[in-house]
Amino acid sequence: MNSAQIEIQLIASLVAIACAIPGTFLVLRKMAMISDAISHSILPGIVIGFFITQDLNSPLLILFAAFTGIITVVLVEYIQKTGLVKEDTAIGLVFPALFSIGVILIAKNANDVHLDVDAVLLGELAFAPFDRLLILGTDVGPKALWIIGVILLITITLLIAFFKELKVSTFDAGLAASLGFSPAIIHYGLMSVASVTTVGAFDAVGAILVVALMIAPAATAYLLTTDLKKMLSLAISFGVLSAISGYWFAHWLDASIAGSITTMLGLLFLLVYLFAPSKGVIAVMYREKQKRTEVSLLTFLLHLKNHNELEERHVNHLREHINWQKVRAKTVLELALKNNMIVVNESIVSLTQKGNTFTSKAIDYIITNEDAQIEDMKDDFFLFRG
Amino acid sequence: MTKMDITEYFQLVFTDYTLRTITLGTAILGAVTGMLGSFAVLRKQSLLGDAISHAALPGIAIAFLITGAKDTNTLLLGALVSGLIGTFWIRGIVKKTHLKSDTALGLILSLFFGFGMLLLTFIQKQPNANQAGLDKYLFGQAATLVESDVWLMAIVTGLCLLVLLLFWKEFKLLLFDADYTKTLGFNTKFIDILITSFIVLAIVLGLQTVGVVLMSAMLLAPAAAARQWTNSLATMVFLAAIFGAFSGVFGTAISASQTNLSTGPVIVLVASVFVFFSFVFSPSRGLLFKQIRLIRNRRDLELHKTLAFMHNIAETHDDISHPHAIKLLNNFQGYTRKTLQKLVEKDYVELQANMWSLTKTGFETAANLYTKQTTEDE
Repeated sequence: MNSAQIEIQLIASLVAIACAIPGTFLVLRKMAMISDAISHSILPGIVIGFFITQDLNSPLLILFAAFTGIITVVLVEYIQKTGLVKEDTAIGLVFPALFSIGVILIAKNANDVHLDVDAVLLGELAFAPFDRLLILGTDVGPKALWIIGVILLITITLLIAFFKELKVSTFDAGLAASLGFSPAIIHYGLMSVASVTTVGAFDAVGAILVVALMIAPAATAYLLTTDLKKMLSLAISFGVLSAISGYWFAHWLDASIAGSITTMLGLLFLLVYLFAPSKGVIAVMYREKQKRTEVSLLTFLLHLKNHNELEERHVNHLREHINWQKVRAKTVLELALKNNMIVVNESIVSLTQKGNTFTSKAIDYIITNEDAQIEDMKDDFFLFRG
Repeated sequence: MTKMDITEYFQLVFTDYTLRTITLGTAILGAVTGMLGSFAVLRKQSLLGDAISHAALPGIAIAFLITGAKDTNTLLLGALVSGLIGTFWIRGIVKKTHLKSDTALGLILSLFFGFGMLLLTFIQKQPNANQAGLDKYLFGQAATLVESDVWLMAIVTGLCLLVLLLFWKEFKLLLFDADYTKTLGFNTKFIDILITSFIVLAIVLGLQTVGVVLMSAMLLAPAAAARQWTNSLATMVFLAAIFGAFSGVFGTAISASQTNLSTGPVIVLVASVFVFFSFVFSPSRGLLFKQIRLIRNRRDLELHKTLAFMHNIAETHDDISHPHAIKLLNNFQGYTRKTLQKLVEKDYVELQANMWSLTKTGFETAANLYTKQTTEDE
């Protein structure tokens, strides 16, 4: 590893952390698409800011572009308030228009602006180490590193200072307002941080991939925990992990670093989406299947309790009358046997003492509509789950 | 492309083969996206278009990697497949996990797009001369449309119209009352998948002209503009198609008459102008007329207040038309010279020098005004 490589990975990791923090709150506040809108609509701000400052890394340009981000949010909210269209349509109308203005401005002034559209979408992380920051003639490191470092520092300071306020207003806006935290200040504060971070990260990872770094780590973390602090730290680690592994993947493929980081984020999300212990798709599907079998079992037990006739309690009856397929009937029967709910004598099924108690209790709960109680009861009675 | 005037462009449209093809192509595209966009907007799936169009990018790249050829139809087929995968994954995320739809949209949008960009940059490094020009799918280049592309668009549009007409009733029902549709015995899942698939198809068709990044606006803007002019679905779909077609044609004309300008951003800006105009000037919903109505209502209210105040004074006298000094009204908030003049015009009040008196009709109106208010309060 040479020093340029280390610097690139350092910048990518800092961008990932700086994005993951506001991203977590955006995901929790159901405003993920706002980050998409901001990342597009800061483009005209960057171009106009560049005309004024002539320096892509000037702090003034960052503030100017971030201000465009805030304007987007205000514009979306204004259109939404008029009631002419729904919120999502308002977002979808505002940012393409602003982004188009930015692209046209770049195209019309291609000779003056050292911005091309590819750089806008993808950033130029590979070139970041070549743009050095010189203080009094000494080289103190790449400019991008300093910019994102300062932004990250501000973000972390704000996060620590206003953690409680953010937490309360995210989960219970009404309570936050009644406690005296202004929802508007927190809302626009978060939007400002998101805008500034987007502009700062823009140089490194491009307009659209900022969105990936904001949303994907937070969404992945949200599938694994419901604790805000854990979610924040998980999101940060996922971001950094993808940033570093993405860099090496891009190095190996000789392709875009930003694209590769996003791909790593995608793979990570896919893994968690499928295999997360309680909220992953496989776990959810397994639970659904388990519940289906248990409902069938309950139906079966109720049927047994209601009928004393031998023919109604014959094993084959399950398939004929209740209209279950062979496999399902077998699963249910086996589950009931394993749990000592029934006994089978010469193909006649009868409830055991335990089965009888369970069924009576279950009927009680069904009549009183206390579905939650049935879940607790299953824990008491079942040795094996469906 | 050579530089030309917009007027020159319109003269050339009817004679020049390339320009005619391009213009026809963007017009058809605008019409079909406008039509289907109406459904997306009304179903609150506005941002789905954004996610799908971004999600189509890796499909284009993979189709190119597999076939090694730049045949438009193959690439669009790849885009269609990856767009559909994206769409159904979004549904999967919303349905199976506790992540909300905005998170799901943002995730699929950015992850697919990032993966697509990775593949594109990977392809660019390949020693294959054929790869140049794949990035036109980012912002669209209408100039690359050829006759067969326009035919493809026309066929898809025809198909789409046919399906819309056949399933019009079902689409409409699903749009406005999904639960009721289900109870009527319609297969809502099928209708839902049908309309979503057509939206994906329309987006994919537009990738060559408008590009991945801005395609969603093509879907939304004409529909959002059309929504302001009507409350009828059929009219809205029709208007959206017209707005879309015009945005396509004007956008292409402007972009063709300038050098170095992708079509996508220009078409989107033209469509945004349509939206802005509709938001402001639509007679029933527009902001301008809403403001005018607000001012008029406020004035009416003040007029009523003055009249009611006069009524209160007149009531205390035996003769309702007993004259009173105008000065009496001076410290009343609803009163201005203008409102008094209006009351005179309406024949509610008579003026004599600096005295006013209520007429009979004026008194009765004021009395009724009062009873009407009290009954409304009850």
